[in-house]
Amino acid sequence: MAPPTSPSEARPLAVGRRAGTGDDAAGLGRARAAAFVAPALVLVAVFLVFPAVWTLYLGATDYRLTGIAASDPKFVGADNYRDVLGDGGFHHSLWLTLQFVLGSAVVGQTVLGFAIAWVMRDRTGPLRRLVEGLVLLAWILPSSVIAFLWIALLDRDDGTLNALLGTPGTAWLLDHPMACIVVFNVWRGTAFSMMLYGAALGNVPPSHLETARLAGASTWQTLRDAVFPRVRGHVLTSLLLVSLWTFNDFTPFLITAGGPDRRSEVLSVYVYRTALGDGRLGFGAAVALVMILVNLVIALLYLRALRGRKEAAA
Amino acid sequence: MSAITLRALTKVYPGGVRALDALDLDVADGEFFALLGPSGCGKTTLLRTVAGLETATGGTIRLGDADVTRLPPGRRDVGMVFQDYALFPHMTVLDNIAYPLRIKKEGRARRHGAAAEAAEYLSLAGLEQRRPGELSGGQQQRVALARALVAHPRIFLLDEPLSNLDARLRLEARTFLKRLQRELGVTTVFVTHDQAEALALADRIAVMEAGRIRQLGTPVEVFRRPANLFVASFIGSTPMNLLPGRVCGGSVAVAGAVLPVPAEERGSVEDGESVVCGVRPEYLDFSDVPADGAFGGRVSVVEHLGASSLVTLDVGDDRVSVVVGEDREPRPGDEGWAVPRPGRVLLYRDGELITGAAEAAEAGEATEAGEAAAGRPVEPVAGDGGAE
Repeated sequence: MAPPTSPSEARPLAVGRRAGTGDDAAGLGRARAAAFVAPALVLVAVFLVFPAVWTLYLGATDYRLTGIAASDPKFVGADNYRDVLGDGGFHHSLWLTLQFVLGSAVVGQTVLGFAIAWVMRDRTGPLRRLVEGLVLLAWILPSSVIAFLWIALLDRDDGTLNALLGTPGTAWLLDHPMACIVVFNVWRGTAFSMMLYGAALGNVPPSHLETARLAGASTWQTLRDAVFPRVRGHVLTSLLLVSLWTFNDFTPFLITAGGPDRRSEVLSVYVYRTALGDGRLGFGAAVALVMILVNLVIALLYLRALRGRKEAAA
Repeated sequence: MSAITLRALTKVYPGGVRALDALDLDVADGEFFALLGPSGCGKTTLLRTVAGLETATGGTIRLGDADVTRLPPGRRDVGMVFQDYALFPHMTVLDNIAYPLRIKKEGRARRHGAAAEAAEYLSLAGLEQRRPGELSGGQQQRVALARALVAHPRIFLLDEPLSNLDARLRLEARTFLKRLQRELGVTTVFVTHDQAEALALADRIAVMEAGRIRQLGTPVEVFRRPANLFVASFIGSTPMNLLPGRVCGGSVAVAGAVLPVPAEERGSVEDGESVVCGVRPEYLDFSDVPADGAFGGRVSVVEHLGASSLVTLDVGDDRVSVVVGEDREPRPGDEGWAVPRPGRVLLYRDGELITGAAEAAEAGEATEAGEAAAGRPVEPVAGDGGAE
């Protein structure tokens, strides 16, 4: 153990030493360390662990919103989960959600966000502020306001888009509901990727970009050799967050309400409709739990990719 | 033919900062050329403008006989080493060196062959498969040099090449760089804020201030006869003594001493004129007995420089520094006299060196002594006070 640098530091350290563990770097002792962590743990337990466990419990009952099962829910074991996995509606929603996540989060927001960040990287002045302001505005406005704007944009009779394109009477939300919510979500969420990549591009040393320029590299070669290797970690982090948020996003409901004919019923909307619309709380809870598991799998995949990258770098 | 020809080169940054101010410069073929100056003087901007990383606001840049002013950097055929080396951390040493060839779409075998050859030449053999993170600072620098050289560029640009190395390695790298440049004979321009580095490495130096070249000359010229007070105070590891004086008859009264005006300058000064008298501490001899034309005073500080000491004399209200050899150092409080060596006292009027008729002979001799790239003429260029 290193000698204390001054006598005044030695006394508080002695308390930690009595705890006797070698990994007690802060010298707090087990009890005090636990006291420091407790508030955070309580918050996590109340807001994360308890709801998850409660969902697990609900999913194992036939709890309903109304009727006999509402006052006296019965334990049905794994029945709900079996039903969920065999349910055509669930498969359909899962497939739509996959399209939604891949289309709007992975491809749309990431590519568009990166492109804007790259184009704006050494711009300054009004143009940059305008672009950033508009993109951020899409991100910070309340969902209900945004939804109203989009319905006004896409409306069949008096929609702005039809007026712009000269295609009166095209019912975008009825004819292309998935495309609508994908484009909507790209528009709405690009700001996050843009800001994250903007910061990441700041991490690429200017001399690396200039080395590529001096060698005569094209934009694509510069991105491949100088930029992507530097920002890979940021890309993975952004992809993780954006795909989780998109997977759980409920805003599409405000625009298409899952319709027409369930053609835009992503999982969060499906849960809402089965649990609160049909009143099958137990079944809805089971779907929700499956969603949690899917989220966990996505998170694990990304974490694994991140770790693999770190090992490769080391 | 000059390797680099700059005419009226001007760079104004948005916001009105004038980094380069109508600058003219010729760098000869095969020359090792230093751009020296304090930070913000425009030396790095000049290098980057030659490389094409900055676009000139006005003027022309010619490399050889081609006007490259509007060419993008990739088509100027220059190799550049950045201050931080800018090696790609995810590539091996060999891939890093081969990078310019890869962009030029050379075949894998050819580019790896050329890269291995360059690595061998820069004593990097055996390190080809390592990543930059596993190399020492000096090795990283050599990888960056190899990458800049692998495509056989027309000119070679170095941005503060030694500043990222620790003091010991710096001397080693300095010798290495000088030998490398001599062997390859490639025209090389480097930027530095360290006057010792510029004096040691360069065949010629341009001392810059505020976007202009204040003096252009060989290290010997720049060191012995700074053309103005800016260069005089910037060059030299021990600062030059600059003392106010007044011309009186054939001599200058300065800091209690009366020094004769050098014969060749006698015609250029008038009686009663205010001048600044400059003499390097290295060109003063210390004496503990009074001498004619010497600065007499009391020793206030003695600083050890290794084989010699820097002694500061309080001469009236002025301070005069003298370099004293070992074992001859006085003690603080002693009386002492500093005797200027003949021909080493410089007179400045309005910040510019007063030059006389016999100047050309003096400059010619200095050039010969310091000239390394043999056969190159001394070019009279605007701002060059030493070679008129």
